[in-house]
Amino acid sequence: MAKILIVAEHDGKNLNASIAKCVACASSIDGAEIDVIVLAAAAGDVAAQAAEIAGVNRVLTIERPENEHPVSSVLGPQVAALAGGYAYVFGPSTTFGRDLMPHVAALLGVNQVTDIMSVEGSHTFKRPIYAGNAIVTVEAPQGSTIVATVRVASYQAAAGGNSATVEPASVEADLPAHTRYVGLESAVSDRPDLQTAASVVAGGRALGSEEDFGLIYKLADKMGAGVGATRAAVDAGYCPNDMQVGQTGKIIAPDLYIAIGISGAIQHLTGIKDAGTIVAINKDEEAPIFEVADIGLVADLFDVVPELTSALES
Amino acid sequence: MDKILVGLKRVVDYNVRVQVKSDGSGVETDGVKMSINPFDEIALEEALRIKERGDANEVVAVSIGTADSQQQLRTGLAMGADRAILVTVDEAPDPLSVARIFLSLAEKENAGLVMLGKQAIDGDNSQVAQMLGALWGRPQATFASGVTLDGDTARVIREVDAGLETVEVDLPAVISVDLRLNEPRYVKLPDIMKAKKKPLDEVALADLGIEAGPPIKELSFAPPEGRQRGIIVEDVAGLVTALKDKGLA
Repeated sequence: MAKILIVAEHDGKNLNASIAKCVACASSIDGAEIDVIVLAAAAGDVAAQAAEIAGVNRVLTIERPENEHPVSSVLGPQVAALAGGYAYVFGPSTTFGRDLMPHVAALLGVNQVTDIMSVEGSHTFKRPIYAGNAIVTVEAPQGSTIVATVRVASYQAAAGGNSATVEPASVEADLPAHTRYVGLESAVSDRPDLQTAASVVAGGRALGSEEDFGLIYKLADKMGAGVGATRAAVDAGYCPNDMQVGQTGKIIAPDLYIAIGISGAIQHLTGIKDAGTIVAINKDEEAPIFEVADIGLVADLFDVVPELTSALES
Repeated sequence: MDKILVGLKRVVDYNVRVQVKSDGSGVETDGVKMSINPFDEIALEEALRIKERGDANEVVAVSIGTADSQQQLRTGLAMGADRAILVTVDEAPDPLSVARIFLSLAEKENAGLVMLGKQAIDGDNSQVAQMLGALWGRPQATFASGVTLDGDTARVIREVDAGLETVEVDLPAVISVDLRLNEPRYVKLPDIMKAKKKPLDEVALADLGIEAGPPIKELSFAPPEGRQRGIIVEDVAGLVTALKDKGLA
C-alpha cells in the first residue's frame, strides 16, 4: 500500500481542475491509497467536490481563519505535520503548488521532485528540464517521504462519480504572521480557463498592439476558446500576464491550439507540446512554429484571422 | 536594511538549444555558452535599484559552483554588486543544500533580503527560495513582478495563475523574481574594469558546516518526444476543411 496525500488548490469555493489530474498521477502508483487535504477557512464546498473524484479514499479538512488565502508559510507547516503518515505528498505544478510544495519538502528535510510527467516506479519518475529540451528519469531516496509537484498537462483528469468520506483533521502547527495576503487582481473574463479549455487561441508579438490583440479575443469568443499569449506579447502590454504560455508561464494541453503571429521560441513551445492539434498562422514560412504545427497557414494574420473568424461563424 | 544577498547561478545560456548526449548520461555542456541564469540577473537588478534608492547599504552576489562561476560573479560585480562570495563545490548541489547554504550566509551576513530567480533555466526546479523561506522561518514572496519597500516590510506583487497577487511581508525575507520585474542593465566596459578590483571571496561548502544531499538521483536523460511537421494549407478555406476533418470545427 502506498499512502498518498494530495494538497487541494482552491479559491474558497471551487476546487482547482488541476487536482483531478494530480489524482490521476497518484493513481498510477502501485497500491495507491489517496487522501486529499483541503486547508480553508470553510472547507465544505471544496471538500465535497474533492470527494467526487474517482480514486480518492478520504478528504481531510483543516478549517482555520488563517487558511482563507493560500499563504505557503501558513499552509506549509500544517501539510508537513500531516505528512508523517504518508509515503507521498503531491501538489499541482501550478503557481499554488510551485510555491507551497518546496516549502513542505524543506520542512520535511527532503528535495522535491518537480513536474512529474510519468510515474516509472515507486521511487522513479520522469520530468522535463531545460525548458523541456530534455526529459530526465529521477529516483527519489528510499526511506523518506516523496514530495512532488505533478505536471498537470501530462495527465487527463480522473473521472467523477465518487463519494469519498470527508472528515476533519487536526494538526499541531505554529503559524507565522509575517506574511499577509493583501489581495488578488484578476482579469474578469467569461472565457474558458486557459489551463482547462478544450481549445485555445493564442497571439504573439506580431499582433503589434493591445488593440489588435482584440483579433485573438474575437476568434476565441467565436470558438468558445480560452486565450493565450507569448511572453513577448505580455511584456509588450498587449494582454495580461495570466495569459502567458510557456516555460515560465502556463503549461497547457488543449485539444486544439491556434498560434497566431507566434514564431515558436523553444520557451513557448514547451508550454504547448502536449496539445492535441497545433495550428499555426504566421507570415514567415521559416518560423519554427511550423516544425511542430499539425496544420500551418503561411499568411498575414491581419488578412486571415478576420476571415477565419467569419468562416467559423457561418 | 543593511544587506541584500543575491544568488547568481551559472547556467547554459538562454539562447542555446540544449542537446541530450547520445549515451543518455546528461546534456551537452562542453563548449556551450554559459551565462547568469536570466531570472537571477533580474534579482540582481532589483537589489541594485533598492540600494540606489537608499533602502540598502550593500549588495552581495553569491554563487555556488566550481571556479568557473567566478565569471558570472564578475559580471554581477560589473553590474554593480559590491562584493561576491563563491561557495565552492565539486558537483552541483541539490536544491535543499543550496537553500541551506543561503540560510547559512543569510544568518552570517545578517541579510535583510535574499533575492533569487524564481527558477533556474537548467533544472527548472523552482525550489530554493521556497525552501529557504521554510528553513529560515521567514517570508517567501515568490514570482515577484513588483517590489516596494516600506521600512521593515516589503509589499510584493506576485505573478500567479489567477492574475496578480499582492502580499505584505516583514523583513528579513526571501523574494524570488519573475521576468517582468525589471529589465537588467547592460554592463559597460569601465564597470568591467572596476569589477576586477572588487572583493570575491571563496568559501568551501564544508567550511559552512553543510553536508549536501541526499539528492534526487538523475538516472538517465532522453530527448523529448518530438512532434511531426504537419500539413500546410493554402488559405482559410483549406484551414477550415482541415479542422473539420479532425472534428475540430
